[in-house]
Amino acid sequence: MFDTPDRSALPARPGVGYKPQHYQAIMADAGCVQWLEIHAENYMGDGGRPLAQLRHLAERFAISVHGVGLSIGGAEALDPDHLARLKHLVGWLNPASFSEHLAWSTHDSHFYNDLLPLPYTNATLTRVCDHIDQVQQVLARPMLLENPSSYLAFAESTWDEPAFLQEIARRTGCGLLLDVNNVFVSATNLGYRPQAYIDAYPLDLVGEIHLGGHDEDEDEHGAPLLIDSHGAEVVDPVWALLDYTLARSGARPTLVEWDTDVPDWPVLEAEAARAAAALARISPEAPAQLSAQLSAQGQARTE
Amino acid sequence: MTRQQDFTRAVLDARLPVPEGLVDGSNQPAGRRFSVYRNNVAVSLTEALHKGFPVIARLLGQENMDGIAGLFLRAHPPRSPLMMHYGAEFPAFLRDLAQLSHLGYLPDVAQLELALRRSYHAADTSLIDPQMLDTRAPEALMASRFRFAPAVALLQSPWPIHSIWRYNSVDGAPKPDARAEDVLITRPDYDPVPHLLPPGGATWIAALMAGETLAQATETASRMQPDFDLSAPLALLIEGAALIDLSQ
Repeated sequence: MFDTPDRSALPARPGVGYKPQHYQAIMADAGCVQWLEIHAENYMGDGGRPLAQLRHLAERFAISVHGVGLSIGGAEALDPDHLARLKHLVGWLNPASFSEHLAWSTHDSHFYNDLLPLPYTNATLTRVCDHIDQVQQVLARPMLLENPSSYLAFAESTWDEPAFLQEIARRTGCGLLLDVNNVFVSATNLGYRPQAYIDAYPLDLVGEIHLGGHDEDEDEHGAPLLIDSHGAEVVDPVWALLDYTLARSGARPTLVEWDTDVPDWPVLEAEAARAAAALARISPEAPAQLSAQLSAQGQARTE
Repeated sequence: MTRQQDFTRAVLDARLPVPEGLVDGSNQPAGRRFSVYRNNVAVSLTEALHKGFPVIARLLGQENMDGIAGLFLRAHPPRSPLMMHYGAEFPAFLRDLAQLSHLGYLPDVAQLELALRRSYHAADTSLIDPQMLDTRAPEALMASRFRFAPAVALLQSPWPIHSIWRYNSVDGAPKPDARAEDVLITRPDYDPVPHLLPPGGATWIAALMAGETLAQATETASRMQPDFDLSAPLALLIEGAALIDLSQ
């Protein structure tokens, strides 16, 4: 009998960021890949192939909708047109998960097509929480919030990032998307130990993990400057950080992102297989449950 | 000026100083680290323009296209997070660039690429029931008006835009001749197809799109092109799933 995936939640198994050039390969044999993530904004057209392909994929795979354009950290109000488009997409697709970034990308009606950084202050906290409340209300479901890749910091910040994310989740009831490559990039760029970040991070709130490749550069003082490019294989220290994280969090839906210089399917599938191996290595004693908060949200949603 | 306004201005203009209060891990001024954002924004928008206008990029060459994209993205940052719509002002921008004035066909070719992209993302529609065409008496058919699928577009140009597009998109396509060309875009399934229209064809389709009956539109086209024959353009409309309804 055909084993239909449970689409009400992402499985704690490997997934990949979906690229249209992989459509035929995925439909023929997805290998170890159990679920797919799409960028919301690429599926906000009126019709055509993108939406037709997505409809077919959603029949076979649990789908995560990952927004890159909502500008949750924006100083201005969220764009009501964009929120309406998101509500339409999420209503049509009923994905297993919706996630966005702790970042901003729109200012004064211009969209900068990048995830721009935020100072971690009480003013930012209030604004981000207001925006997440609004998103969750419009979508009638909880969302996950992703930690950024940082290249610099703000002198006025008064919170560290794990505590800031934890407080956002406490106030809004949202879950967290932990990008371990972003942790590695930020830790290298700002000079702290990535394991210390994971130790401080509220792992029980993690509904999804991201992995991706980065580029290596340096600043004018010769200090390493890693750039989150999603354009290469995940490096070994990031795989090690994934092991470190999973040993403490238990199994989580784990996704490999590859968005630029996208390789042929077998290369991406091999990366997902490494994530599968990491998930299989988790000791049975590792915590397996999400926090009661996220479990209750999952139930509320399916009711 | 607010923090984010300050930030975006400096992102788009590398001559401006790095905003104050941005630091590295040792609380020293962020310096070159800010360039990561400058670079991400410029590179991602330049790539979006390359992807959205591949024929223009080919005609200009990588270096010129990068330079022009850099000017365009600063004059016209996206107004929406939907990158599929980015570049609507690009044809007019090319028209106004003095250094490109010797390449008069570029804006119309850019317009064709924009129209192909719009067609790709246009709403799906169900095809007109072929029986509606077959069973209608010829007089009734001639008195009919047509409704067009949203994926259909019509372009008229004094330049050989169809031949230029093909020459730069299709292996082995012939070199363009200097002539005016009109193009009909249809999307029979999911891939938009640009068709070269015979003389009078664009006038005829434009008249139909404006709500004229088949008889009126054919008369309009015949005034312009005395030997106009509707059979070839009508076949394009039917085979391209361009018509979604007809009414009296």
